[in-house]
Amino acid sequence: MNSFTKGLRAFVTARETGILLALVIVIAAATIKNPTFLFSSDGFRDLLLTPSILLLLAVGQAIVIITRNVDLSVGSVLGLTAYLTGRLFIDVPGIPIIVVFLIGIVFGGLLGLINGALVAFAKVPALVITLGTLYAYRGINVVWTGSDRINSSDMPKEFLGLGTQSILFIPVLTIIAVVVLIVAAWYLRNRRAGRELYAIGSDPDAANLYGLKVTQRLLVAFVLSGALAGLAGVLYAARYGTVNSQAGTGFELQAVGAAVIGGVAIFGGSGSVWGAAIGAYLLLTINRALPILGVQDFWQRFVVGILIIGAIVLDRVLALRQAKRLTVARNI
Amino acid sequence: MTETTSTPRTYRDYAQPLWRRLLVSREGAVIAALVLVVVFAISFVPHFAQPITLTYLLLDITPILLIALPMTLIIITGEIDLSVASTMGLASVTLGVLHQAGMPIPLAGAIALVVGAAAGALNGFLITVVGLPSLAVTIGTLALYRGLAVGLLGTTAVTEFTEFWTDLAKSKIAGTSVPSVVVVILVLAIVFVALLHFTPFGRGIFAIGLSPETARFSGVKVERTKFILFVLSGLISALAGLYYTLRFSSARGDNATGYELQVIAAVLLGGVSIFGGRGSIVGPLGGVFLIGVLASALRLANVTSDVINIITGTLLVASVVATSFLAWFRTKRARPGKKTEILAVAKG
Repeated sequence: MNSFTKGLRAFVTARETGILLALVIVIAAATIKNPTFLFSSDGFRDLLLTPSILLLLAVGQAIVIITRNVDLSVGSVLGLTAYLTGRLFIDVPGIPIIVVFLIGIVFGGLLGLINGALVAFAKVPALVITLGTLYAYRGINVVWTGSDRINSSDMPKEFLGLGTQSILFIPVLTIIAVVVLIVAAWYLRNRRAGRELYAIGSDPDAANLYGLKVTQRLLVAFVLSGALAGLAGVLYAARYGTVNSQAGTGFELQAVGAAVIGGVAIFGGSGSVWGAAIGAYLLLTINRALPILGVQDFWQRFVVGILIIGAIVLDRVLALRQAKRLTVARNI
Repeated sequence: MTETTSTPRTYRDYAQPLWRRLLVSREGAVIAALVLVVVFAISFVPHFAQPITLTYLLLDITPILLIALPMTLIIITGEIDLSVASTMGLASVTLGVLHQAGMPIPLAGAIALVVGAAAGALNGFLITVVGLPSLAVTIGTLALYRGLAVGLLGTTAVTEFTEFWTDLAKSKIAGTSVPSVVVVILVLAIVFVALLHFTPFGRGIFAIGLSPETARFSGVKVERTKFILFVLSGLISALAGLYYTLRFSSARGDNATGYELQVIAAVLLGGVSIFGGRGSIVGPLGGVFLIGVLASALRLANVTSDVINIITGTLLVASVVATSFLAWFRTKRARPGKKTEILAVAKG
């Protein structure tokens, strides 16, 4: 078997391929029904643009879930950073856009560090901690924002342009998201620290006994998730132009849903950011495809639910088959 | 289970007299905090001491109180149910749609309860028979049931309900300012306390949370217990959904969105361990009241009630971190020879 067929085989049997296939089918079905879904400049742009922000959250979420934790605070972090972005443009006239991006990422990373420190040092489950910070961060946002809101007139045109412009037909937002995705995938696959995240998620006690720096790695995972949510917050402000105190509410469950659909096991140790990213694309593309396919858009969440359940049942069946095959192989 | 170990063990927590255990327990801390807040609010917040405050407080927290009961049991087994608020919405829509079609409220309500139980049964089936993690399953059914509710009713709302029933939901016990729905809560709370603390079924729930394998080998029917709990959770969520619908005379697909996190926050605040195996009914009920009283006191003091989010979050984080810190402190303070047994206690 040469390396090409090997690679092909790996691609065909990969968990991510199934979800990619589902995405292609959805796009194809919607395009056959209404060609402008794909073959028009607006359709093509929206197809790439809409899921970009969720993609960033899903990548961060996948990194955290792989370590057998979860980050429910990402929606609140996104909301807080999005408002901060608007305030920076209002309160510091003429602030360079790149500085706003940096501040957003660092601020998100700090919020993630708080989560990570509480999880890693206090040894309290991430579900509880991040549920708490989900409320706390959102509360801070609501008190800070009040009934105020950021309007697109408050932000410079060049910044808002980032949310809608394209380079070579590809939206800037999508380029940012894909670059982040590739870097994260490379880090998790090729770097020692990335591999250790999987080891920690497979068996935290074993990872600890083996001498891995569990505390440090967990901190990094949560900081990454927070920083990506911070970046997503800045991009949210650029994309939508208006930010109120409820921006990003409910995104946390969408991000977890995207990761689960993409084959990231909720109990850690397996899955990839590719899967989570495709899951995010599938989630939001289905939302846009349903009305075209003649299903009222009220049924979107129903379909999302079916998808999530279907994905975890599929994972379970695959795991059982794998276990069976391994048992057979051992007994020969 | 302890009889099988060869050396006798003394668990420090249980070697102390009952009153001391109650005083230092999480339930004790929550109740103490609740009393403090109530006393503080009565003395400093204008209008808080009026009976109408109590009426609205109880009306507001009723759905959370109801769902906290089965949620406590589920979390003690080490599982979780995120789909409760969606089940509330589904029951609400079921009631609305059937009543709009001309069905009397008692019959439509009964069907809505059956729908809720069926929703819980589907969760239970996927978790116990298919063997999927409850966190993932109920994130899925959270979307699924909410989607069904929104899909059935769209953006419309059913607001025409028989006055007798909507009045009943808001009625008070004759001569008091206590809403009559409190009777339902009291009865259910007593049933759940009895179930959890005084039956073999309840002991089984704790055993499952401590170690599912040990529980199975000790003869606890792990799958059956969990399945029953998820059906109960669906049923009670549907009941809360019916109450919510009648109280606001409105059946909408997005009714009670986000309640699942409020319930879980209150239950965890009440000292139920997310790892399972630890908790009581009293603690979570105290947790719901604590958050509810804080919210209503803040509203009356004209502080924007959104501050309650910060308080809920901080309380939740602080309470779990404090527990974890206390356990660490006790192991530090312990003499070397005693270390192992105290560690066992701390890990609970």
